[in-house]
Amino acid sequence: MSRIKDLQKNLFGGTTSNARQFGMIFTLVAIVLIFQIWTDGLTLRSDNLIALFQQNSYILILAIGMLMVIVAGHIDLSVGSVAAFTGILVAKSMTEWDLPWPAAIVFGLAIGAVIGAWQGFWVAYIGVPAFIVTLAGMLLFRGGNQFIGNAQSIPVPEGFREIGSGFLPEFGPNTGYNNATLLLGLAAAVAVVWRELQARKTRRAMDADPAPMWISILRMAVMVGAIAFAALRFASGRVGTSFPISGIILVALVIAYSFYTRNTAGGRHIYAVGGNSRAAELSGVKLRRVNFLVMMNMSVLAALAGMIFVARSQASGPQDGNGWELDAIAAVFIGGAAVAGGIGTISGSIVGGLVMAVLNNGLQLQGVGTDKVQIIKGLVLLLAVALDVYNKSQGRFSIIGSLMRPFRREDSTPPASPPDAEREPAKAAVSG
Amino acid sequence: MSDVPILLEMRSITKEFPGVKALSDVNLVVRAGEIHAICGENGAGKSTLMKVLSGVYPYGSYDGQIVYQGAEARYSDIRASENAGIVIIHQELALIPGMSIAENIFLGNEPRKRGAIDWKAANRMALDLMARVGLEEDPDTLVKDIGVGKQQLVEIAKAFAKDVKLLILDEPTAALNEADSRHLLDLLRGFRSRGITSIMISHKLNEIEAIADQITILRDGRTVETLDVKADGVDEDRIVRGMVGRELSSRFPDHTPKIGDVFFEVRNWNVRHPISAERQVCKNESFVVRRGEIVGFAGLMGAGRTELAMSVFGRSYGVYESGTIIKDGKEIVLKSVADAIDNGLAYVSEDRKALGLNLLDDIKTSTVAAKLAKISHHGVLNEVEEYQAAEAYRKELRTKAPTVDESVSKLSGGNQQKVVLAKWMFTDPDLLILDEPTRGIDVGAKYEIYGIIQRLADQGKGVIVISSELPELIGLCDRIYTVFEGAITGEIARADADPETLMKQMTSTKKLATR
Repeated sequence: MSRIKDLQKNLFGGTTSNARQFGMIFTLVAIVLIFQIWTDGLTLRSDNLIALFQQNSYILILAIGMLMVIVAGHIDLSVGSVAAFTGILVAKSMTEWDLPWPAAIVFGLAIGAVIGAWQGFWVAYIGVPAFIVTLAGMLLFRGGNQFIGNAQSIPVPEGFREIGSGFLPEFGPNTGYNNATLLLGLAAAVAVVWRELQARKTRRAMDADPAPMWISILRMAVMVGAIAFAALRFASGRVGTSFPISGIILVALVIAYSFYTRNTAGGRHIYAVGGNSRAAELSGVKLRRVNFLVMMNMSVLAALAGMIFVARSQASGPQDGNGWELDAIAAVFIGGAAVAGGIGTISGSIVGGLVMAVLNNGLQLQGVGTDKVQIIKGLVLLLAVALDVYNKSQGRFSIIGSLMRPFRREDSTPPASPPDAEREPAKAAVSG
Repeated sequence: MSDVPILLEMRSITKEFPGVKALSDVNLVVRAGEIHAICGENGAGKSTLMKVLSGVYPYGSYDGQIVYQGAEARYSDIRASENAGIVIIHQELALIPGMSIAENIFLGNEPRKRGAIDWKAANRMALDLMARVGLEEDPDTLVKDIGVGKQQLVEIAKAFAKDVKLLILDEPTAALNEADSRHLLDLLRGFRSRGITSIMISHKLNEIEAIADQITILRDGRTVETLDVKADGVDEDRIVRGMVGRELSSRFPDHTPKIGDVFFEVRNWNVRHPISAERQVCKNESFVVRRGEIVGFAGLMGAGRTELAMSVFGRSYGVYESGTIIKDGKEIVLKSVADAIDNGLAYVSEDRKALGLNLLDDIKTSTVAAKLAKISHHGVLNEVEEYQAAEAYRKELRTKAPTVDESVSKLSGGNQQKVVLAKWMFTDPDLLILDEPTRGIDVGAKYEIYGIIQRLADQGKGVIVISSELPELIGLCDRIYTVFEGAITGEIARADADPETLMKQMTSTKKLATR
């Protein structure tokens, strides 16, 4: 479901990496369709879609935090280890110290916050590069996990497993579908329509003509159609399954963090720091605080991801979270973030993560071994970024972006510019 | 001079980019052994012309003909033109800071012995080249440890290592102080007497008038005229007329100051260097600003003007030691930039691209960046208000851009500066500190910026202008402080301000001669 909201955000977002993200959505749709055909309809079957979300929600949650870290100009290599470290402590807190599971979740988030504060302190206040701090953290917390758990697995109780493998409840009349999922889909559809109308209003307030009504209607129809399709798929699985709880957590986080990064001063400051930290500092941005919070937030999300994973696999083990950092970083860069910082969006990263996830899932359905899957994923990451770098060096936006230009123009109708007559003719000669 | 052989002739050069004709039918004739200046406003096509000449835009990508040393030249890249003895020294120096002078001079051109770099020979040759450009340093000194002026000389020495016949300098003195500029100009005169031809692009018309033999003026991608400095009796006004295509009756807008009472005061300001704590960069400095007043700070580069301004602006430079700031009769303590902004201070930095703007941003994001609270409600940014604020400033300051969604990286220097000014005007400051507000900006845009500064003063704000160009300070400011080695050495009223007096105060001890 989130991908549909993201598609919409990408269509209307105002960032420079728009075209790239646009391309990624089309790549995603294309990959889904290719696998759908190749696997004889297995890819879009309810049980597979549900599994896809459950298996990838924690990576996508990491990608949210990683996007903010990368936009601010840092990197976090420790997320997999932090997730594992939190997982083992939370598991232990429930089995050995008899903490009730809701308290254990709060405990887990607190662990994430403490670890994040530790890493943020070194990055923001001492000035050690995040690469080094989190490389150290990667070793530190991986070791910590195995030290605490004696390199053993620790199982977690039933209630806790809900956040990783639970589903929306069944209630109401027997419609043959999961009613909660249907309601969720309905809410999403309403939100999409409301957003489109809101966007039209905003554009009018900016003295710009909104896109013609039929485009808006077409846009809404496509979105609502996609939402309806997804809702029906998720609602029509095996009885007892529906849209997963971990997916709901993910969607809520995506909406909240997208809003934060796009529409609040705090979010803007992250982009400002990544774009030009000195200029940001001289504009009143508190550099250290931004860096500290970004690093800390990442560890909190890593703790959450770790708990969801433990809940899904029903136990915390010594190898949990191995290589997660790389998946999250890949998702962010495939989703259009700049290595140097300052550019990237949450929705782009989610799309990037989904591209990897669908690729992974589809190849596995076809019985392709993990060895080859890794090779393919590596090449996809390299090619996606290389294509973008190449196109930038050619002064073009991106191939996919230029294909979409007719759409983009529709979207970015320039506001009515003042008549040239009001400028002095002599000044007009002073060009740049 | 017509009897001197022609070294270079560019005939009806036309260069088009998609949608823009950057050069149309440009002609340039450079005679051997002269200093040829190319003048024109930003965007007139100077740099494009030099890129055509040096092969950055290879043969075939432009129309027209280049005749060099009597034969048609068809350069496919920079290497080809360098092999022919044409070397460009760009405004932004292409040196590697962490390498030594000798390593930089021979980068890509290393003297070899049996495949390995012969460092003995390199150092010997480097010393020889450095002597030719008057650079007295150990060739093993790292480039980052010498000043900009000397770095410029390293670039020139690098050009000599390639056996240069035609030296092209793009804004060579833009980043240099007066003394270094003078040294560089002397050096160019020396080259002329040794038969090396130079082409110089510069905005500093007084330097061009002083040094050039011929001046070719470009405007909007066309050749306007070529002037013979001696024969035509060219002066600055004559050049400006050619560049702008009209008489610029005055370089400063008319202005009658409306000066009120003192409202901002800095007393006994002491600041230490951020790294070497024994160095004091502000030595007991005190100054006042009145409402509606434009106050100048004159000083050589490195005198500590920027350091003073930034340390006052929320301690954004150095380590604060002592001193008080009094605004509207009350002492204020500014411990951070945010404090300074909240108390009505604004600082427009001297380095637009490095410190003033996030080049990834568009105009509207940049405009509101220093006071997001003004367009926020309960912490949520209002896009419409952001757009309206940016649009209002775009109109007021006549920023040339199609919309406020345009990326600031695509704007010219003058228009970028207007965006920076808008960003700080948006914070509703009482005191604006403008550090080199017209650096790298062409004549017409400068005039506009001066007008904006005067309007701000007329609104009752105090304005501090830091500038290395004395005519600018004299033409614009109501009162000028001179700064030398971290101390304020004089205060001169507008009526008494002339370059000689200022210069004397700016260089009040003998130490300067060695700088």
